[in-house]
Amino acid sequence: MLRFFTEVFRPPYEFRETIKQCYKVGYKSLALVSLTGFITGIVFTNQSRPSLAEFGATSWLPGLIAIAIVRALAPLITSLIVAGKVGSNIGAELGSMKVTEQIEAMEVSATNPFKFLVVSRVVATTLMNPLLVCYMAFVGLLGAYLNVHQHEDTSFLAFFQHGFPSISFLDLFASLIKSVVYGFTVGITGCYQGYNATKGTEGVGKAANVAVVVSMFLIFIEELIIVLIVNQFRP
Amino acid sequence: MRKATVNIDKQNAVIRIRGLYKSFDTLDVLTGMDLDLYKGENVVVLGRSGTGKSVLIKLIAGILKPDSGTIEVAGEEIDQLSSRELQELRLKIGFLYQGSALYDSMTVRENLEFPLVRNSPDLSPDEREAAIREVLENMDLKDSIDKMPAELSGGQKKRVGIARTLILHPDIMLYDEPTAGLDPVTSGDINKLINEVQQKYQTSAVIITHDLTCAKTTGDRVALIADGKFCMEGSFEEVFQNGNEEAKKFYDYNFIEDS
Repeated sequence: MLRFFTEVFRPPYEFRETIKQCYKVGYKSLALVSLTGFITGIVFTNQSRPSLAEFGATSWLPGLIAIAIVRALAPLITSLIVAGKVGSNIGAELGSMKVTEQIEAMEVSATNPFKFLVVSRVVATTLMNPLLVCYMAFVGLLGAYLNVHQHEDTSFLAFFQHGFPSISFLDLFASLIKSVVYGFTVGITGCYQGYNATKGTEGVGKAANVAVVVSMFLIFIEELIIVLIVNQFRP
Repeated sequence: MRKATVNIDKQNAVIRIRGLYKSFDTLDVLTGMDLDLYKGENVVVLGRSGTGKSVLIKLIAGILKPDSGTIEVAGEEIDQLSSRELQELRLKIGFLYQGSALYDSMTVRENLEFPLVRNSPDLSPDEREAAIREVLENMDLKDSIDKMPAELSGGQKKRVGIARTLILHPDIMLYDEPTAGLDPVTSGDINKLINEVQQKYQTSAVIITHDLTCAKTTGDRVALIADGKFCMEGSFEEVFQNGNEEAKKFYDYNFIEDS
C-alpha cells in the first residue's frame, strides 16, 4: 500500500492503461449493477411496506427507502458486487501474469510493472466505484418508485419530493467517502493477491478467491468503522 | 550445423561472476560459481534440471539477489545498483523466458510496443511502427503482427519473445531454455536465429539449456554445471571428449546430430 502511494504521484503516468481499466471496472459492471440496484429497490420497498402499514405510515416509504439506499445499500451492495466481479478478475489476471513470468518479463525489459498493473487498477477501482454507487442509488430509487407507484399510485415528483428531504449532506458525503474507500480496498486487495501469487494455476485460483473474500471482509469492517465515525457528527 | 566464426573480444568481459553463492532455505543451489562472458561470445550453460541454471541468469538480470559473491554486468556490480540504475542497466540486457512470457492480453505489436514506448518515449508513432516491423521482419514474423499470443505456435512465441528483447537493442542476451518444448525442426530454426542475432545485433549471450544440439550449434564456449559450480568449461569438443564423468552422463543421454 505504501508503494502504491509513492508510485501514484510519480511520473511517468500510465494514462492509457488507467482509462482502459476504468472502462473495464465501470462500464463492464453497469449491467450487473443496474439489475441488482433495480431489484434491491423493489424488494426493499416491498419488505418495508407491511411494517409501515401497521402504523399507517406508508407515506414515510420514500424517505425510508432514500435513506436506506443512499446511506447503506448503494455503497455496500455496489462495492460487494465490484469486489466479486472486479476483485476476482484482478486477482486472477495478475496472478496468471505472475506465475507465467509476464510480470518478471516487464521488470526485465526495464519497465515498471507495478505502475502499469497495480497503480492503474487501483486508481480505476477507486474512481469508478463512487460513480457506480451513484448510479446504483439512482436505479435503486427508480425500482423503489415503480413499486410505490404500483401500490400507492404516487407520482414521480411526489415520490422524490418526499424522499430527497430525508437525505442530508452528511449522508451524501459519508456515502462518497465509503465508496472511495471500498473501491480502493477492492483494487489494492485484488492487486496484492495477484501480484504475490505463487504455485502455478492453484495459486491463481487462490489469488482470485482470497481477493474476493478479503475485500468483502474488509468492506464490512470499514462500513462499521465509518458508520460509527459518521454517527458522531449526526445531530 | 556448425556456427560461423564470430569476433570475440577476450579482453572485454561483459559479464564477470566471482564466487557466486545462492541458496533457497536449506537448499544450496550455486556454491561458488565463477564465469566470464566476453564481448561477442555465446556461452552455453549446460546442466541437469534443478542445478541452478535458470537461477544463474535470474541473478545476472538482477531478479534474484545473491547470498554472496559478485556479478558485474557491463562493468556495473548488480548488487550495488539502486533500482533506477538497475532499470537503466536492464536496457542492455535481453531476456528470453522458457515459456516466452508474452503479455497474453496484448497483440504481438503491443507486446513489442510495450518496452519501446516506455524506454524510447521520443520515438514518433511512425518510427515505433517502423522499428516493430523491422524486428518482426528479421524474425520472419511480419504476418503475425496483429495476432494474439494464444494464436501463435511455440516456435513463433519464442521468436516474438526474442523480437521483444531485440527491439531495445540489448548488448547481452540471456536465453532460458530456448528450445525447450519445441520439435527438432523448430529447435533448429531457433538455434539458427540465436546465431543470426549474435551476428546481426553484435550481442553476447548466456544460453541456458540441456539440449546438446542447441549447445553445439549456438555455443562458442560450453560450461557444464554440477553441484552448484562449473565442473567443465571449454569448446563443445573439449567438454565432451575430456572423459569427465558428468559430461559423459550428459552426452550418453542426449541424441547428437553430428554433421
